Amino acid sequence: MTGQTTTVLAADVPWPPSVHDFFAPAIAPWGADGYTSPWFTKITLMLWLSVAILILYFLISYRKPKLVPTKKQWIAESIYGFVRNNIAVDMLGTKNGVRFAPYLATLFSFIFVMNLWGIIPFFQISPNSHIAFPIVLAVTTYVIFIVQGIKKHGAGYLKHTLILPAPWFIQPILIPIEFFSTFLVRPFSLAVRLFANMFAGHMLLLVFTLGGFVMINSNALLSPVSLVSWVMTIALTFLDFAVIALQAYVFTVLTASYIQGSLSEEH
Amino acid sequence: MIVAEVFGSTAAIGYGLAAIGPGVGVGLIFAAYIQSTARQPESARITQPFMWIGFAVVEVLALLAIAFGFIWQGSGL
Repeated sequence: MTGQTTTVLAADVPWPPSVHDFFAPAIAPWGADGYTSPWFTKITLMLWLSVAILILYFLISYRKPKLVPTKKQWIAESIYGFVRNNIAVDMLGTKNGVRFAPYLATLFSFIFVMNLWGIIPFFQISPNSHIAFPIVLAVTTYVIFIVQGIKKHGAGYLKHTLILPAPWFIQPILIPIEFFSTFLVRPFSLAVRLFANMFAGHMLLLVFTLGGFVMINSNALLSPVSLVSWVMTIALTFLDFAVIALQAYVFTVLTASYIQGSLSEEH
Repeated sequence: MIVAEVFGSTAAIGYGLAAIGPGVGVGLIFAAYIQSTARQPESARITQPFMWIGFAVVEVLALLAIAFGFIWQGSGL
């Protein structure tokens, strides 16, 4: 009996896990190709849920602010305070830090919630493992640090960014490298870093979960090993949580450091 | 005569090779942070953001390898 159910399970298991596992079927089928139409999928649902959770949470917890904060207010204040004091003010200075704290705090909490879906039971995939979402976030940061640079330095922004204090004969090599790294690599690496971390995290969990099903069904010698595989899945979920928090932090810190580069007086 | 047959994706070998550099780099970054903190414990908070920036910049190389492994796996390269 049990052997039969595991066979059924293993037959359904797509092995090895591939990119296709990232595309869940549509929740609300729509149009001609019904089942696969991408209008409302699990990913869309999680995106709207993240937005709703963040707005509602911060609104409700700060609706009646008290001098002695309640528990909800305390958590919301510590999230905002962490980003404002430990990232924004530390890197941008008091004046600019307070100015950019709202954007950085929004970025941090949004990326954190979006990433967190990757380890929440029944959701189990982060919308950020589709590169469209990290691209939008990276482009926002890209536009902000360029606009802030132009506001601060005017037309001198290009000179400020591209020409570093170096001997003149090194400039022909340095200027293209600076251009490449500031205007091309920065947005690309921001988007790919977040995407690839979430993608790899989901893939790793898939390998160990599905690998357990494949092994339990293979032969008597290998089937006990599937338990090890599933224990590894639990351990890797904790690792994934560390990566989730770290990536939200890293994205915010890098954004702050790019804005700092645009706002600095000299090099 | 076929003596041994190897099949699968060379992307796996490529990823292994690509992870060496970032592995060494990330190790060096954390080693440097631990050393600086051991020498000057009060500087720990000041250098921490820079450690994470350095970590993120180096780590992206390994992550690019993951992404490109999947992008190119079906292209016969």
